[in-house]
Amino acid sequence: MAADGGGGMTEEVAVLGAGMHPWGKWGRSFVEYGAVAARAALADAGLEWRDIGSIVGADTVRGGYPGYVAGATFAKALGWQGARVTSVYAACASGAQAVNTARAQILSGLADVVLVVGADAAPKGFFRPAGGDRPDDPDWLRFRVLGATNPAYFGLYARRRMAVHGDTPEDFAQVKVKNAALGALNPYARYRKTVTAEEVAASAVVADPLRLLDICATSDGGAALVLAGMEFARRHRAADPVRIRAVSTVTPRYPNTVLDLPDIATDSAVAVRPAADTFRESIARAAYEEAGIGPQELSFAEVYDLSTALELQWYEDLGLCDEGEAAKLLREGTTTLGGRIPVNASGGLASFGEAVPAQAIAQICELTWQLRGAAGDRQIAGARVGIAANQGLFGHGSAVIAVR
Amino acid sequence: MPRTRTPVVAGWFAGDGDDFRLLGTRCSACASVFFPREDAHCRNPACPGGALEEAPLSRRGRVWSYTDSRYRPPSPYVTDPELPWEPYTLIAVELAAERLVVLGQAVPGVTVADLAVGMEVEVVPGVLHEDAETIWTTWQWRPTGVAA
Repeated sequence: MAADGGGGMTEEVAVLGAGMHPWGKWGRSFVEYGAVAARAALADAGLEWRDIGSIVGADTVRGGYPGYVAGATFAKALGWQGARVTSVYAACASGAQAVNTARAQILSGLADVVLVVGADAAPKGFFRPAGGDRPDDPDWLRFRVLGATNPAYFGLYARRRMAVHGDTPEDFAQVKVKNAALGALNPYARYRKTVTAEEVAASAVVADPLRLLDICATSDGGAALVLAGMEFARRHRAADPVRIRAVSTVTPRYPNTVLDLPDIATDSAVAVRPAADTFRESIARAAYEEAGIGPQELSFAEVYDLSTALELQWYEDLGLCDEGEAAKLLREGTTTLGGRIPVNASGGLASFGEAVPAQAIAQICELTWQLRGAAGDRQIAGARVGIAANQGLFGHGSAVIAVR
Repeated sequence: MPRTRTPVVAGWFAGDGDDFRLLGTRCSACASVFFPREDAHCRNPACPGGALEEAPLSRRGRVWSYTDSRYRPPSPYVTDPELPWEPYTLIAVELAAERLVVLGQAVPGVTVADLAVGMEVEVVPGVLHEDAETIWTTWQWRPTGVAA
């Protein structure tokens, strides 16, 4: 196995079902959102919950104990039926790690068909660390010492792009305009209204240079997938299912020289030369290597637009364009519906807000619907290969490649 | 009774005036520098691990990026909810000798309009907040007047 976590190409797993609970601020328990999404995914797969041999839950840190054992929490809500249970947490990549856990069970022969569920109920305002005095916790320290919220980090990245690549606040606003127009076409999105560049410019600055409409909200939502081995899929008469070809969940490599949440400083590069590619680039590269395809073969991408500026960063990290060329790609219309490589046809986090453990699963739901040709008004013509990418706190990130 | 001056985190900085420094650690085997300080074991995966010795960081660096907090951060950041919120500036600073980037608040009065990527700044002692018994001290970044 390579030092980057890649081990060459793996077998595929089939996506038999995808389901979501609409994103919003519904004021109910994450369990309810997850159960609704799970039942929708099972119905989509044409399977009964009793047919499922394994359930993997993506945990939430905001639901108390039931959130830390999400797999069991969802299994109980659906009705105990004896399935193998797993619960995983990996910050924003929790959903992707849940998918990867299910995939590993299928490919190792531990399970034929696995239900993956993630859901969250988000508080109003900024995410904040767990309570109590915990001076050994970097997430607690960044708030205590600096008051550095997530949007503060997004602001730092955005300003850096402006200085290094010449991006402008107008470029950032155009990401929101694009994603809002696409989200308006998605019945699962929380925000379903088009937004103008003037409206972005008129919204309040949160963390200079980013404004309220540049930054994704925190949302309630739930998403679920039914995954199976190719042999099970054939027996189940799913002749041409969407297949997951790669799941990358690599960690950074020392020294990690890009300031990451929730850190107060980067690693030092004084003794060890940094790798040629950054952490985000390495996440994508590991997925490309595992899938045996390159960025030029993608039909579309779903990326983690925690801010408008971060969406542009992903264009470069995924290899959709050269470094510094992302704003040009956006301005040319390459990344919108009808362009060569639409990005966030779902509307992205700009239209959903972030429901942490559900978000990476929701990205794969979108890949599935697009690859089936079932995405309605936001359908990408001829979608054959899609990538979903994300990054979160504490060295987590993921990239998933699906094909049909 | 005079209030005590207490660092918001013990061991991260020390000194007064021109002697004020951020305190990291340096691995005696591979020379990697760590801030916040790493006292247990070197995190360079290629290093067998040497003794970690306290290492004051460079006083001056260049602005890597900057932003501000226009809204009141949540607890455990300490603010007085009775007072109107006053935004402050955050600066990420690249230290050339240590080859790392350290985040910190700017000294009061410095806004994003005063800053540019590449501008030189220096670390100075500052006050994070005060209560009845304690003045909580921290580090802050202050432009030296040397442009990008």
